[in-house]
Amino acid sequence: MSAGQTLLLALLILPAIGALFAAGMPARLDRAARIGGTAFAAATFGVALAFLPGAPAVPAGTAPAAAIAPWAEIDVPWAPDLSLRFHLGVDGISYPLVVLTAALTMLCCAYCLWRVPDPGRGRLLVALLLVLEVGIIGVFLSLDLVLFFVFFEVVLLPMYAVIAVWGGADRRRAARKFVLYTLLGSVLLLVGVFTVVSATGTADLVALTDPATRPMSSGLQLFAFVLLAAAFAVKSPLWPLHTWLPAAHTEAPTVGSVVLAGVLLKMGTYGLLRVAVGVAPDAAARSAPVLGILATAAIIVGGLVCLAQTELKRLIAYSSVGHMGFVLLGVATLTTTGFQAALIGNIAHGVVTGLLFFVAGGIKDRAHTGDLAQLGGLRETAPALSGVLAFAAIASLGLPGLAGFWGESFAVVAAFERGGPLWTTLGVLAAAGAALAAAYFLRLLRRVTHGAATPPVTALTTAGRLRPGELVAWSPLIALTLAVGVVPDLVLGYSADPVAALAEVITR
Amino acid sequence: MKVDLLGLALPAVPVVAGLLGLLLRNQRRGIAAALGIGAAAAALACAVAVALRGAREADAGVVVAEFGRLSVTFGTWLDGPAGLVAVAVGVVALCVQVYSVAYLHDDERYAPYAAQVSLFTGAMLLVVVSGDLIALLVGWEVMGICSYLLIGHDRRLPEAPRAAVKAFLVTRVGDVGFLIGIVLLGLHAGSFRIADVFAADLPAGTVTAACVLLLAGVAGKSAQFPLHTWLPDAMAGPTPISALIHAATMVAAGVYVVARLYPLFEQTGAALTVLAVMASVTMLLGALAALGQDDIKRVLAWSTVSQLGYMTGALAVGAPAAALFHLLTHAAFKALLFLAAGAVIHAVGTNLMAAMGGLRTRMPVTFWTMTAGLAALAGVPPLAGFWSKDSIIEAAWHATSDAGAPVPRAAAVLVLAAAALTVLVTAAYVVRLWRRTFLGAPRGAAARAAHEPPWAMRGPLLVLAVPTVLLGFAGLSAAFARRLGGAHAVAELGAFALAPLALLAAGAALAWRRDPAADLPDTALTRLLANAFYLDAVQDALVTRPVTALARLARRTDETVVDGAVDATGAGAAGAGALLARAHIAGLPRATGAVLGGAVVLAAAIAVVVGVSW
Repeated sequence: MSAGQTLLLALLILPAIGALFAAGMPARLDRAARIGGTAFAAATFGVALAFLPGAPAVPAGTAPAAAIAPWAEIDVPWAPDLSLRFHLGVDGISYPLVVLTAALTMLCCAYCLWRVPDPGRGRLLVALLLVLEVGIIGVFLSLDLVLFFVFFEVVLLPMYAVIAVWGGADRRRAARKFVLYTLLGSVLLLVGVFTVVSATGTADLVALTDPATRPMSSGLQLFAFVLLAAAFAVKSPLWPLHTWLPAAHTEAPTVGSVVLAGVLLKMGTYGLLRVAVGVAPDAAARSAPVLGILATAAIIVGGLVCLAQTELKRLIAYSSVGHMGFVLLGVATLTTTGFQAALIGNIAHGVVTGLLFFVAGGIKDRAHTGDLAQLGGLRETAPALSGVLAFAAIASLGLPGLAGFWGESFAVVAAFERGGPLWTTLGVLAAAGAALAAAYFLRLLRRVTHGAATPPVTALTTAGRLRPGELVAWSPLIALTLAVGVVPDLVLGYSADPVAALAEVITR
Repeated sequence: MKVDLLGLALPAVPVVAGLLGLLLRNQRRGIAAALGIGAAAAALACAVAVALRGAREADAGVVVAEFGRLSVTFGTWLDGPAGLVAVAVGVVALCVQVYSVAYLHDDERYAPYAAQVSLFTGAMLLVVVSGDLIALLVGWEVMGICSYLLIGHDRRLPEAPRAAVKAFLVTRVGDVGFLIGIVLLGLHAGSFRIADVFAADLPAGTVTAACVLLLAGVAGKSAQFPLHTWLPDAMAGPTPISALIHAATMVAAGVYVVARLYPLFEQTGAALTVLAVMASVTMLLGALAALGQDDIKRVLAWSTVSQLGYMTGALAVGAPAAALFHLLTHAAFKALLFLAAGAVIHAVGTNLMAAMGGLRTRMPVTFWTMTAGLAALAGVPPLAGFWSKDSIIEAAWHATSDAGAPVPRAAAVLVLAAAALTVLVTAAYVVRLWRRTFLGAPRGAAARAAHEPPWAMRGPLLVLAVPTVLLGFAGLSAAFARRLGGAHAVAELGAFALAPLALLAAGAALAWRRDPAADLPDTALTRLLANAFYLDAVQDALVTRPVTALARLARRTDETVVDGAVDATGAGAAGAGALLARAHIAGLPRATGAVLGGAVVLAAAIAVVVGVSW
């Protein structure tokens, strides 16, 4: 087994062992279990970084022969009768997402060292976070459609448990809605996957995206694409299939929200790009206008709803709908520029919205309310907290120089690059949506940080300071926001070649 | 070398200092002040070095990101204007940092304030030095957010948060156009490097569309009609901020960008006509509104609007060198005016001129420096404003008769007429402000007890008074004009200069006839001027209210229709399940009957299927 293959396996096995370890410890060793789980998460992150030295397996500049050219690959038969192979691999498109997942899980586990939401039992929460990590990283690594589906499903129940056990007052309802709604998406995905597999006789993503072999008829492609796209649209979420998200976010505990917004949604956009577009490029080209229109609608509607929103976490959740709209718009253009914008948009949203949910959780924990009318004057009693909130909000509104800018503006660029009245209109609307984002985030800041302190905020005196867990979990995200904003090549450098190859598949 | 290191240091030093400063605790005043002043001084030193070195060509830049065939680079282009404007930014930033130490001596949030000023300075310098449209946009927007943060700084002012949001949002609306303009240029030229955009053979339609779209961003940033409404409200920010951001630098950035991209604007008469109309309305509107204010900072703010109109007017009539010249002189005298007004406010404790009067004897340094600034603003020879304003009016005059001018003749006539009328109005509000603040008897206890500010505040006034008085003479030098991109000296005294002087005298005489101590009478006209023609209300009715209503509608629809459908599906499924469950609750006879019936149906089905396969 080569070094790369060992690393690939370690990415899945380490968090799995960590989960078993944390869950298996007795209640009196709760803290030790959390520390152990965090150590496994950190080790996973270390493994993810260990790919870096060997990153450009393909010499830069030479377009790879196949659309997917993994740096490292494992391919062994698993259940041959189901044409299921254990086929994992990592390339420039999935790698940044793998690192993001490992990083956010590590930070969430570390956060749990200091703060466990009610009703306690932090070791189980850490264990569930690690199971989530296995599922999410598995999705990003899978190069086999059936395996992809299996990992896609692994994520569902742990997330349900995280919301239903550690959530807010209305957690049951929110968790139920989340699980039923996304299960509907999974059913569509399952049908889509088996449509593809039965039509082509293979579930191998590398073979399926190879432009040389395109066995599916155009009607079947369209059928498969619609199913797959709908499944991923539920996950992303794409307007109007988004309504599970605000409920889930509002009720989820802080770490749940961070993982949900930070990486779980990315499975949808990643799946759309890698699976749906990759497997059915012709159908994608035919459906692109519909996708683009819905994505732009998400940007505008998400922004407008945010503008009238009165709850902190709900507002951030709706802002995610708008941001994912930009990512989906980028994918919908089916251009290299758009794909690149979508990838960096994914990462930026993960980092920035992760930070936003962390801060929102910190505020709700302290003030015991997320109602914007009852918050106010936070900078008077908690200057550091309100400073981080302002930073995250400003990053999220897409300020140039911070991470969020690149994905959003270049989604607009990609729309203009497509040209024609439709895409130009979409580009203009999306650009206007960015102004809307400024409006609702500044409204949020004005309500929460400025003005006179309200009673729940005045009550914070020493509680207003940042806690150690917050410093540990937040400062890397702040640094990353700045770093990706100034040096976007951190993300884009890896994906340039695979994205070019993917775009070539479509144009061919 | 790919990037000019000196050019890179210009924005990088203040930005790094600003980011470090944001990490400081509030108690660390000394370090914060040292960091702020040090960064400004270092930036000034770099700027002076760049200016002394002379103009350079654009450097190649380094690739920051690649999106398909489009690559985003960061490079500098330190041409003549860039060096001079950078020096102006450095001087004003340094003065403001020093001044702020005293002005905010009892403000416990001084540390983030000083850091944000540094960050702003870096962003403005990035706009100045950048040779790339995307890097320019980065600086452009970071300036906006710093302006937002600093306007909202003062916690005692209830209107400050609203003013801050308004300032950012109005400019952001303009920036939608700015971004699209940049995108169009970049896409068609295949590069975002300004030099590449100039070299590319762009279709005329694209150039016109891009330039008009860019003007939307310029109108927002440089407070041009109809996006000027945020600037007077921005006076809720601390006075040094008004001097730096809302007088000398950020608001002038729009003018600078148009001058930087002038080879494009020159090609399109349509964009220049739009600019001419915008400029003419803005200068007159700003001056008239200044006449109706009693808040000393608002007078100066409206005057800034009006003076920016002069600069855009110069750009519209094909005289970017004159625009930049006025940008530089205005930076000096308007920063001086705001800082002097800050000294007055510091002493009197209010912004209202109604409570001032008679400050001449109590505050001689402030009085004399402010007098110089006001005279320069009105255009009294030989102060700086006279030369630069005269060069604009002359340029407009030439454009009306020059057949080769890039702008249509009617537009040039419009600019000329507005500029001339504005001279008259400017003289009137300047005289009113001067007499109402400094002359006559003190109107209030605070005014009677007023005293000079500490030296940290007096020093910057004296420093800025030097260019306020002398900078105009630079316009006579051909070398200076070449630096600004002009062919011959910017300021050329001809007999024509007498016309604005006559208007100036007339305006001053008109204002002199009024009693400075008396408040303005409450008439429809004064109310119209005080409310700046009610354009705020128009904006509220046309944009703010519809958008908020739409937002409420979107939220309701999302919750009742989109999510309602989901919930209804869930409820429907549960209901159908319950119905089916009820149907299964049955007594023994009926259940037996159902089982038997089911068996018959099944048997029949099997028979049919098997029969078919036979």
